[in-house]
Amino acid sequence: MTPLLQVENIAKFYGARVGCKDVSFDLFPGEVMGIVGESGSGKSTLLNCLAGHLTPDAGAVRFDTKTDGLRDTVTMREPERRMLGRTDWAFVHQHARDGLRMNVSAGGNVGERLMAVGARHYGQIRDTATDWLGRVEIAADRIDDRPTAFSGGMQQRLQIARNLVTGPRLVFMDEPTGGLDVSVQARLLDLLRGLVREMGLSAIIVTHDLAVVRLLADRLMVMKDGHVVETGLTDQVLDDPQHAYTQLLVSSVLQV
Amino acid sequence: MSDYNFAYLDEQTKRMIRRAILKGLAIPGYQVPFASREMPMPYGWGTGGVQVSAAVLTPDDTFKVIDQGADDTTNAVSIRRFFEKTAGVAVTEATAEASVIQTRHRIPEEVLRADQILVYQVPIPEPLRFLEPSEVETRKMHSLEEYGLMHVKLYEDISQHGAIATSYAYPVKVEGRYVMDPSPIPKFDNPKLEMAAIQLFGAGREQRIYAVPPYAKVVSLDFEDFPFEASKADHACDLCGAEDSYLDELIVDDAGGRLFMCSDTDYCSTRRKAGHVGAQGVPLGEDAA
Ligand SMILES: Nc1ncnc2c1ncn2[C@@H]1O[C@H](COP(=O)(O)OP(=O)(O)O)[C@@H](O)[C@H]1O
Ligand SMILES: [Mg+2]
Repeated sequence: MTPLLQVENIAKFYGARVGCKDVSFDLFPGEVMGIVGESGSGKSTLLNCLAGHLTPDAGAVRFDTKTDGLRDTVTMREPERRMLGRTDWAFVHQHARDGLRMNVSAGGNVGERLMAVGARHYGQIRDTATDWLGRVEIAADRIDDRPTAFSGGMQQRLQIARNLVTGPRLVFMDEPTGGLDVSVQARLLDLLRGLVREMGLSAIIVTHDLAVVRLLADRLMVMKDGHVVETGLTDQVLDDPQHAYTQLLVSSVLQV
Repeated sequence: MSDYNFAYLDEQTKRMIRRAILKGLAIPGYQVPFASREMPMPYGWGTGGVQVSAAVLTPDDTFKVIDQGADDTTNAVSIRRFFEKTAGVAVTEATAEASVIQTRHRIPEEVLRADQILVYQVPIPEPLRFLEPSEVETRKMHSLEEYGLMHVKLYEDISQHGAIATSYAYPVKVEGRYVMDPSPIPKFDNPKLEMAAIQLFGAGREQRIYAVPPYAKVVSLDFEDFPFEASKADHACDLCGAEDSYLDELIVDDAGGRLFMCSDTDYCSTRRKAGHVGAQGVPLGEDAA
C-alpha cells in the first residue's frame, strides 16, 4: 500500500538550536499518528514542517497527491502547496483564534473552504454549514453568530467543522484540546474520536497529553529535544515503554 | 501658471506614474505600487486621482471633474481650478466635451467614448482588506488567485441582510483574473465598467494605481441563487424625468417631502435643456436650481 505521507529525515533548526532532526515515518491511509513529548521537544516544529507552514532545512515530505501520486511538498511550488492546504489538508490549531476568522459568522467560517474551492450557491453552502455545525454539536440557530460569542470548547468545535467540511484526506492537529477545561476536553475528545471513526480520517495529532493519544492514536511517536526517541503502536508504547524518557513520561502521568 | 511645471508634478514623477499606468493597463485590475507624492491637498481629497490626471493630461485636453456626479461641489471645483491653474487646460462640465474626466464615486451616465479617459479617486484599493488585514497575505492571495474570501464577504451580507447589501464598491473580477475594487461607485454603475474609454484608478494614501483597459471584461461577483443586480431607486428623476439614471434622494421639507434627482448633474441639465421635464420639475431657466 502507498503511504499517504512519507516523511524522510526532516530537520529544522532555529539558528544553532535544533527544532527537530532526523524524523522519518510513514503514515498510511486511515491511520492516526500521535506525537507526544514535553513542551519544547519539537512537536509543533515538526507538524508545521509537515503541513507546509515551515520550510524544513533538510528532508522530504511526500504526499500521495490525487493526480500525481507521491510528491515532495517541500520542493513543490507554493501555489500547489497552498492548494493542498485548502483542499486535501486541514490544520486544527491549538488556539481557535489562529484557525478561525473571528469577525466572520460561524456559517461563513465553515463555508469559507467550500467557497475557496468554487462553491457559488448560497443555499447549498448554508445547508452544508448547518449540517456540519450539527455534527460538531453546535445548535443550528448559532449559524449567524460570530465565534467571539462562543465558549472555548465551541470555538474549537467550530474550527474542526471548518476544517473537515471539504473532506480533507489528511488532518494536522496541534494540541487540539490544550487550554480547555477538563470536562470540555473530554467532550471534544469524544467528538473527535467519533469523527475519526466515522470519516476514516488520516491524522497527525500533536499533544503533550497522553490521554488524548490513548483515545485517538493508532501509533505513537515520542519526541525529546527535537529527536524521536521511541515509536510504536499506542498501547504498546504506553503499556510497555522501552526508552527511559518514555518510561518517565508515562509514569509521571500515572502520578497525576 | 509658469510658476509650476505643467500639471504641477515634475516630468520625472509623471514618467514614473505613466509607467505604473501602462503596467496597470497591461495587467487589468492588478494594483501597481507607485511612489505617491505630496500634493497641495489632504489625503481623502483625491490625491491619487490628481496624480494620475496630472500624468495623463496634455495641453490639448479638456478636463472635467465630478464628485458624486456633481461638477459644482467644493472638492470638484478645487481640483478643476487646480489644473486650470497648473496646466492651463480647458475645463468643462459637459461629459461629451471632456477628454479627461476625474471622478469620485460615480461613472457618468452618458456613454463614454474611446477618445476619453476616466480617472477614479480611490480611498481603499484592496478589495480583500475587509477580511484580511495583512498586506503580505492579500498580495499573495491575488498572485495565487485565492479569492474565496470575497465570497465569504458576500455570504456574510446575505446571512445578515437576506440579500447582498453591498451597494457601493461592489467587487468585480477583471478579464477573468484579478478581483478589483471599482472604488465606491454605486453598484448601479458596475455594468458600465465595460466601456470604450480607458479607466484609471489612483489611490494616493495607499500608493496604488490600477486600470481597466477599453472593453475589458468586468464581472460583478455573486452567487448562483443571489445574482448581481445593478439596482437604483425605483423612481424617475423629478427634474428631468430620466428613468435610466442613478438618483439622489433629497428631503425637501419638514413634512418629509422627497425629491429624486439625477446624481449626474450634467446629464440632468442636458436633458432639461433638451426639453425633458420631470414630475416636480419646471423647464430649465424658470427655477433657481
Ligand atoms: N520561532 C522560533 N525561533 C526560535 N526557536 C524556536 C522557535 N520555535 C520553536 N523554537 C524552539 O524549538 C524547540 C522546539 O519547539 P516547539 O516545536 O515549539 O516544541 P513543542 O511544540 O514540542 O513544545 C524549542 O527549543 C523552542 O524553544
Ligand atoms: Mg507546541
